[in-house]
Amino acid sequence: MAEENAIEVSGLTKRFGDKTVVDHVSLEVKRGEIAGFLGPNGSGKTTTIRLMCGLLTPDEGEGRVLGHDILHEGPTIKREVGYMTQRFSFYEDLTIEENLSFVAGVYQLGRQAVRDTLADLGLTSRRTQLAGSLSGGWKQRLALAACIMHRPQLLMLDEPTAGVDPKARREFWDEIHERAADGLTVLVSTHYMDEAERCHRINYIAYGKLITRGTVPEVVRDAGLSTFVLKGPRLSEAQRLLKGKPGVDQVAPYGTDLHVIGRNRVELERSVTEAASATQSDAKPAETSLEDVFIQLMGEAQDNMA
Amino acid sequence: MNRFFSLRRLLTLIRKEAIQMRRDRLTFAMMLGVPLMQLMLFGFAINNDPKHLPAALVAADEDKYTRAMVTALEMTGYYNFIYPNASAAEAEHLLASGTVAFVVTVPSDFGTRLERGDNPKILIEADATDPAVASGAVSTLGQVASDAVTRATGQEWDKKTKAAQQVQVVVHKLYNPEGLTQFNIVPGLLGVILQMTMVMMTSMALTRETERGTMENLLSMPVSPLEIMLGKVLPYFGVGAVQVVVVLSASKLIFHVPFMGSLWLLFAGILLFVMALVILGYLISSVVRTQMQAMQVTIFYFLPSILLSGFMFPFRGMPDWAQYLGETLPLTHFLRMIRGVMLKGASFADVSGPLWVLGLFVVIFALAALSRFRRTLD
Repeated sequence: MAEENAIEVSGLTKRFGDKTVVDHVSLEVKRGEIAGFLGPNGSGKTTTIRLMCGLLTPDEGEGRVLGHDILHEGPTIKREVGYMTQRFSFYEDLTIEENLSFVAGVYQLGRQAVRDTLADLGLTSRRTQLAGSLSGGWKQRLALAACIMHRPQLLMLDEPTAGVDPKARREFWDEIHERAADGLTVLVSTHYMDEAERCHRINYIAYGKLITRGTVPEVVRDAGLSTFVLKGPRLSEAQRLLKGKPGVDQVAPYGTDLHVIGRNRVELERSVTEAASATQSDAKPAETSLEDVFIQLMGEAQDNMA
Repeated sequence: MNRFFSLRRLLTLIRKEAIQMRRDRLTFAMMLGVPLMQLMLFGFAINNDPKHLPAALVAADEDKYTRAMVTALEMTGYYNFIYPNASAAEAEHLLASGTVAFVVTVPSDFGTRLERGDNPKILIEADATDPAVASGAVSTLGQVASDAVTRATGQEWDKKTKAAQQVQVVVHKLYNPEGLTQFNIVPGLLGVILQMTMVMMTSMALTRETERGTMENLLSMPVSPLEIMLGKVLPYFGVGAVQVVVVLSASKLIFHVPFMGSLWLLFAGILLFVMALVILGYLISSVVRTQMQAMQVTIFYFLPSILLSGFMFPFRGMPDWAQYLGETLPLTHFLRMIRGVMLKGASFADVSGPLWVLGLFVVIFALAALSRFRRTLD
């Protein structure tokens, strides 16, 4: 298996009834890469992941995961992929160790694998605790332990850090980066921008369609947005003035600042300057953030749907 | 690595299920305690041939003939005269209110007509709202009355009766000569108890995984549908085995139900029955979406199988269409098998019919369950 890409799917489509949840999505993820999978709620991230790991059959499209055909080699893919579900889905009435032993048995691994995994993820001291009594962070740790125990080549994580505190999130990402350095490919879906920025490449999906992909700087650059930051005493007034002005696509307060974002730099600058002078604010051009890009993309995608 | 079946994976699934079962203390206690409790309760409580039924006597005078009649009636064991001296109006009220099941009226001219050699009459009114109550008590009456009167008058009854008595009808009540309801009910209860716990427990087994979200995880791992089915079904099969031992021991030790036939034949029949039940439960759980639905379907299935299988009411007494319906229930065939083997000492050849049908249920349910099961979430 010398292919460069761990995931290579094209035209994936999934309909539930008359709703197209995933609409001709194509993805490529290189081996050893951490790929971010971003998009608003209900945009089809989970469904796309399920399609790729053999839990759902696509209505259209084709592709290969780790060199295996997703349409016909589901069982093989399941064995080589680690999939961490969005909702905690291990047995709450089993202890950490029993859960891991269960997974080990299903993948036909020895007892040693369970011991190693427990030690590896710092779960040894808690191994007799019932999974149901664990806090969010520890549950996530257990879920991660369970899906990397069989040493998969590809990890698919569906919003792994939802409801997890910042420290546990940081540790989680360190863990992921370490494993990626060892050659593991990771596809991770998330809502958090800081997490997106920790990915090598990101794929942005909205309303079932893949909108953009690339590295973070590429995505920001390709969006072609300009941003101005306003500082001053009468920002709420400025915000009201700017809404709906030519060139202004987004106005968002950030603490004591006001970010104004637009696609048309010339019109945007004119509107911003007017508003700044009217409210005695100070306007400066600034870097566009990934979040601003996503909000912009989301608004436009919605327009396309309507 | 075999993709479709691995013993290691199956054992892993069974072990997981066993741990979960053990942690769920209440359910576990129910699975073992309920059979014993139900057996005791119903084994002793249900009686198809009720005796010592309350009765009222309306008699004008207390002559020796009346006393002889009353004594004879009480001797049958069916009547217990709790109102030995009621007026006609009182008696009517007692019967209507359900306080007594019978009213025996001896007319004032009973003794006189008897001495004259006339045809005297006594009236027995029975509350036949429940036919089972009335039938046993009433069926013995003709003989009882004539015997009583014969003894009281000290003379032979008239010639017609004598002629009728020359035809002797010999009745052998086979397999259960004393007509003990328990002998019929207790083996049947084993079937009912097994059916309730097995179908209900397994029908919730798979839906629990779906409800708790663990199904998605299970499906994303390399387990085959056959392994999942066996992994869910076999632990309950073990519970069923314990129930069988408990109920059979109690039948023998407490209810003294005869074990006429081969124990191995009995076990073979029970094995097929339990297999059919757990797989049926699994089939239900692959159709419904929540545990609540699973419970409802089980109960929906449970009632007809008690009423139409011949457990409560005689199977042959039902109209043809109901008998056909009854034939589609595993319990019907199980009852034929267990009553045959335990009470009648039936051989394999005698019960091969029910055994084949039970085997057929196993195959049909298993095929249906496996075809229902989805490897994916769609």
